[in-house]
Amino acid sequence: MAYVQDTAHHPRSFWTQYVWSQDHKVIAVQYACTAITVGLVGLVLSNLMRLQLGFPGQFAFINAERYYQFVTMHGMIMVIYLLTALFLGGFGNYLIPLMVGARDMVFPYLNMLSFWVYLLSVLVLMASFFVPGGPTGAGWTLYPPQAILPGTPGHDWGIITMLVSLLIFIVATTMGGLNYVTTVLQARCEGMTLLRMPLSVWGIFVATILALLAFPALFVSGVMMMLDKTLGTSFFMPALVSMGQVSGHKGGSPLLFQHLFWFFGHPEVYIVALPAFGVVSDLISVHARKAIFGYRMMVWAIVVIGGLSFIVWAHHMFVSGMNPWFGFFFATSTLIIAVPTAIKVYNWVLTLWRGDIHLTVPMLFTLAFILTFLAGGLTGLFLGNVSVDIPLSGTYFVVAHFHMVMGVAPLLVVFGGIYHWFPKVTGRMLDDRIGKLHFWITFIGTYLIYFPMHYLGVLGMPRRYYNFDGYQFIPASAQTLNTFITVVALVVGAAQLLFIFNLAWSTFRGRQAPPNPWRAASLEWQTPATPPPHGNWGPQLPVVYRWAYAYSVPDAPQDFITQNAPPEAGGQELEPHGNPGRTKGAVT
Amino acid sequence: MLFAFVLIAIVIASVLFHFVSPWWATPLASNWQSMDDMLTITLLVTSLFFVVIIFFLAYTLLRYRHRDGGRASYEPENRKLERWLIAITTVGITSLLAPGLFVYAKYVNAPRDAIVLEILGQQWLWHYRFPGADGKLGLTDARFVSATNPFGLNPGDPAGQDDFLVAGAEVHLPLNIPVKVLLRSHDVLHDFFVPPFRARMNIVPGQVSTFWFTPTVPGRYEAMCAQLCGIGHPNMRGYVVVEDEAMFHAWLKAQPTYAMAMADGGAAAATPATGDADNRVALGQTLAQSKGCVACHTFDGSARVGPTWKGLYGATRPLADGSTVLADARYLRRSILEPQAQVVKGFPPIMPAAGLTGDEVAALVAYIQSLGSPAPDAPGQKAQR
Repeated sequence: MAYVQDTAHHPRSFWTQYVWSQDHKVIAVQYACTAITVGLVGLVLSNLMRLQLGFPGQFAFINAERYYQFVTMHGMIMVIYLLTALFLGGFGNYLIPLMVGARDMVFPYLNMLSFWVYLLSVLVLMASFFVPGGPTGAGWTLYPPQAILPGTPGHDWGIITMLVSLLIFIVATTMGGLNYVTTVLQARCEGMTLLRMPLSVWGIFVATILALLAFPALFVSGVMMMLDKTLGTSFFMPALVSMGQVSGHKGGSPLLFQHLFWFFGHPEVYIVALPAFGVVSDLISVHARKAIFGYRMMVWAIVVIGGLSFIVWAHHMFVSGMNPWFGFFFATSTLIIAVPTAIKVYNWVLTLWRGDIHLTVPMLFTLAFILTFLAGGLTGLFLGNVSVDIPLSGTYFVVAHFHMVMGVAPLLVVFGGIYHWFPKVTGRMLDDRIGKLHFWITFIGTYLIYFPMHYLGVLGMPRRYYNFDGYQFIPASAQTLNTFITVVALVVGAAQLLFIFNLAWSTFRGRQAPPNPWRAASLEWQTPATPPPHGNWGPQLPVVYRWAYAYSVPDAPQDFITQNAPPEAGGQELEPHGNPGRTKGAVT
Repeated sequence: MLFAFVLIAIVIASVLFHFVSPWWATPLASNWQSMDDMLTITLLVTSLFFVVIIFFLAYTLLRYRHRDGGRASYEPENRKLERWLIAITTVGITSLLAPGLFVYAKYVNAPRDAIVLEILGQQWLWHYRFPGADGKLGLTDARFVSATNPFGLNPGDPAGQDDFLVAGAEVHLPLNIPVKVLLRSHDVLHDFFVPPFRARMNIVPGQVSTFWFTPTVPGRYEAMCAQLCGIGHPNMRGYVVVEDEAMFHAWLKAQPTYAMAMADGGAAAATPATGDADNRVALGQTLAQSKGCVACHTFDGSARVGPTWKGLYGATRPLADGSTVLADARYLRRSILEPQAQVVKGFPPIMPAAGLTGDEVAALVAYIQSLGSPAPDAPGQKAQR
């Protein structure tokens, strides 16, 4: 599309520019703000549930029903409505067109629609707090039969609003996802080969493909459970007796739901993790002034992890009562996935080796991610190996593991990414001192929360317990530890207000940012204006001549060469596995 | 600088924590030493990776932190190094997976000489059943489930007539004899979890799942539910007593069979309620435990899923429909027999009807009465949650 033609579509009024916007950057900010807002709700819920665990019975309003509702809503909000939406809808939307040199997503209207549908799903989710009986308390996995039977909080209205909200969310994700994939495949600028894309784009791209393939499993299970609940069908419901009443169900399988749920649920872990992997790679490279180590291997690792993530789901079900012979296959596939994941960790560390490391705030968050992700990933080897998992399954070990690996670790990347790209989004820098304070409390605090929690799990304390009254095998010291964890969780929770304040204050009062404050080579920093206007590139689309990691190239005048610098600037001849003589770049 | 030292401190503190922490697995009481060994192997291998990688990271940060005029080297890849790292990781992973699968192979094959125990999970209590003299368990079906027949045993199946139905939350097992556990539920998912045995499996309605273990240490062990099963989940208490074989058989013989229990249902009701008051209270207390009342009702005044029994007798309670009721013997009896009839405000209408004889109801009411009446100075207090 010619740019002249394009300008005719530039928004003119406040409403079309910021509200019904079709600009991917505005939509990204809308997604991010909504996700962060709903994430704060999830954060408050986690602190409320920690209050009960740390000080059992001392807060009268946290009764058992509410406790389970808090647990459930916290989990669902954080996994789906915060992390998935933020990485794909927020980071994906903002970064893909800028990083691949496109003017916008290929379907801007669909992109806008995706956000508004997402917002609707969030509103329906929040509405479930106000329906009769309150939100569902079935646990975020929503396992039937209990999710839709009396004895579980919110088993009428709560579960229905939850399912409706999820179905709407999946519609939004699908609209967004089709857009991201098509944009990556079709709208790259001249010279931007797939193997010149920054790893952030690779991570988001593969994660989006996973989302497109995995969410349908959640969609159908949501529809089926809704039918079981409202029409009395028996997809997941065997003949059963609930509260003394023989129900009309017959022949359904609760395990069918679990298979469908985890067929979605395990790729979901990587829908969150792969964008984080990508962003971390880029941040390390920029702030260590060094080319990412083993770029091609990093790309393959992302692709292989994405593929394998579809054949490991039943490791969530080792003790579910499924055919126990499955355990051999799923334990093996699960441990195999550790190899490409380990490669990523090695390559991040090796990128730092002989680098020129600047400990900026984004870099601090990135390095903290490496430690947290490593700890959480290694405990995954406990749970993925079926005979080690049997006693640990369903205990606090699991809670500690998945919070480290897919809760805290990706969130550290979110923070790092926001500190890194905020100057591009707003033209202002986030405040460094507040950033460092926020970083230290969050990093040290979360480690203090989750590292000792593993030990409660090894002891045998089950998760999803409202209280542990009178269990003799649990020593009193375990309660002391729980109180300690709660206190730290409250501090970490409160510290997130620093981040919110920093965002709000810096948006209007922050130091003016230069166009490329981190001296990054990738394309998003090379826009003619900062923040980039609608259309991103002005009259002339950029042309790319090299990969995104031309840092500290020998004999180059600066320690980075931008992707769109003319071929004479050099830096392209050492492309990984590239033909040493190849200097064609955009001409290819 | 600071960050690198913090990384080193975290690694050292984590290792120290492991050694000084009072929290670790409960002492093993079953044959699954191999699971504990796998845990140890996994811990060693993963800790090694953790310590080495983080120390290397910290060293890198110290060595290559930004200095004025410093410049990074340009080394986009090193295929030889990458291949080595893949190889080392693969060796590490294999050293975990291979022994792990051998242990699991034992887990999925129960020994042929194992005795059979059926555990039935019900919201929120446990039932246990052993096959009788014929060595076979009778068929069950959800449509036969009633308060007096929680297993849903088919009355027409002769194999079920001699099944031992254990009364109460406690089950006994013989020492050093493998037990194959059959797990059933007629309502929702459960999981029978005794941490010192290590072995466990979810209970799924509509199917039978199994696991096996051999108890190796005599004692009384707590069982808990480890799969969220609704609001009473944390209070689904059970006990396993491991004792020598002779004592176990003596105990088992004392358990009623299905045929006896069916006949007994009528007999108990016919027994005149002549027991003195103390005996009745004691019986009520036992019933509160064995029938699972304690999953939801406390004796100490704290609210759980249901209202506490402390100070309940004689209190005026607000009901869900806006009216109030005096919690006298008549009201309590009705609430036990028809739980949904008069639900107290603020509590979910989820109490199942327990299969109790008239006598047993009277004993429970007597027990509730023994827990005291409301304090005269605070009549409204008990109505709050």
